[in-house]
Amino acid sequence: MAAQAGSDVASLVSRNEKTILPEWVEFQKKAGILHTGRISEGELQSQSRNFLHLLHEALTQGGTDTSGSAYEAAKAMLAELSRSRAMQGFSPSETATFIFSLKQPLFNAINRDASLSADQKASTVWTSTMLLDELGLFTLEIFQKSREEVIVRQQREIAELSTPVVKLWEGILALPLIGTLDSQRTQVVMENLLQTIVDDEAEIAIIDITGVPTVDTLTAQHLLKTVAAARLMGADCLISGIRPQIAQTMVHLGVELNVISKASLADAFAVALRQTGRTIVKAKRVEGYTFADKKSGGQDA
Amino acid sequence: MPTTRTERVGIKVSDDVVRVRQITRAFALEVGLSLVDQTKIVTASSELARNTLDYGGGGEVTAEIVEQGGRRGVRLTFDDKGPGIADIEQALKDGFTSGRGMGLGLGGAKRLSNEFSIVSEPGLGTKITIARWK
Repeated sequence: MAAQAGSDVASLVSRNEKTILPEWVEFQKKAGILHTGRISEGELQSQSRNFLHLLHEALTQGGTDTSGSAYEAAKAMLAELSRSRAMQGFSPSETATFIFSLKQPLFNAINRDASLSADQKASTVWTSTMLLDELGLFTLEIFQKSREEVIVRQQREIAELSTPVVKLWEGILALPLIGTLDSQRTQVVMENLLQTIVDDEAEIAIIDITGVPTVDTLTAQHLLKTVAAARLMGADCLISGIRPQIAQTMVHLGVELNVISKASLADAFAVALRQTGRTIVKAKRVEGYTFADKKSGGQDA
Repeated sequence: MPTTRTERVGIKVSDDVVRVRQITRAFALEVGLSLVDQTKIVTASSELARNTLDYGGGGEVTAEIVEQGGRRGVRLTFDDKGPGIADIEQALKDGFTSGRGMGLGLGGAKRLSNEFSIVSEPGLGTKITIARWK
C-alpha cells in the first residue's frame, strides 16, 4: 500500500515536474523568503530543483517511508539546508516554509491530473500531506538542533574566555573576574588560578573583582576559599577592584575578607611589586637622547 | 500602599537567583535608587533568593514597585513552602547557619533593607518581605 501510494506520488511528480517547480518557487517567494535578503533567487531555484529531484528518486525507490535508506540523500540535503539557514539567522517558520510551501503546488498537480480517479486523488493528497509533514518536522528538528549547538558552543566559549589568568610580572599573577560567580564558574576559575600558580611559580595572585556586579555572601565565600587554597600553595592573594557601593554593602552584610584589598588593580600591583622586593622608579631622562632634546639643547652644549 | 509594577519569578534553580538579581536591579533603577542603595537591595535579594532555593527547597519571589506618601520603593516578598525556621532569633544571628554558608545572609539582608519582616511556620514554609525606599 505504502509502496503503491509512493509510486503514485512519484509518477505524479515526474509527470508534473515542469509545473510544480516554478509554482513552488513562486509560493516560496510569496511567503517572503527573498525579502530576508539572505538568499538569492538563483539559490532558491537550484535548492528547490535539487530537492524535488531527490524527493522524486526517494519516492520511486522507497515509497513514502521517510525513515528508509532511499530518503537518505533527500534528508541529508534538507539537514544541510536547515543547518545553513539556522546559521544565517532564518526564523524557524522561514526554514519550514521550504517544505510546507510544496503542498499547494503538489495538490494543484493532483487536482489537474485527469488520469486519477476521485478516490485516487483523495488518497494521493493524504499520502503527500503525511510525507511533507514528516519532512517538515525533520527540517525543524535539525534547525532546532543546530541552534542548540550554537548556544552550547557559545556557553563553552564564555566559560573559557571569562576566566583568564594573566601574568603581570615575574611571580605576580592577575585574575580579572567578570560577571556572575556561580559555583560552576568559580570552580573553573579556582582550578585555573591554582594551576597557573604552580606553572609560573607565582608568589602573589591579584584577584580583581571590578567586573563582578554583585558580591553577596556566597561570592565572598567563594573568594575566601580561593584565597585559602592559593595560600596553601604558597601564594599570597590580594583583592582589587572593590567599588565603593560594593564595599558599603559588604560592611552591612558583615563579610570580612581577611586579605589585603585595594581599590584598583594598579594599586594592588604596586603592593605586589613591593612585597616581592621591587620598586618602580621613574626613568631618568638622558640628556640629548631624544630627538626634541637634540634639536633644542644640542647647540647650546 | 499602591503598587505600580509587579513581577513574579519562580526560584527553582541557581540560574533563577541571577534572574531575581536582574529584576531587582531593573526595579531599583526605575525607582531611581542611588547606586549604593541599588547594590544593597540587589545583594539582599541575592541572599534571600539563595536561601529560598537552598533552605526552602525553592519557591517564588514577588517584586513590586510601591508608593507610600509620595515615596517610591522596591518591595520583594520571598515565599517558600519549605521546612520553615524554628528559631528566627537564632537564624538572624551572624555566623549561625544550618547549612554550609557563612551564616550572614539573613542578618545581612535585614541590615541592607529599610524594612524587613519574616513569618515562618515550622513545616509550612517561610515568607520574608524586604523593602528599600528612595
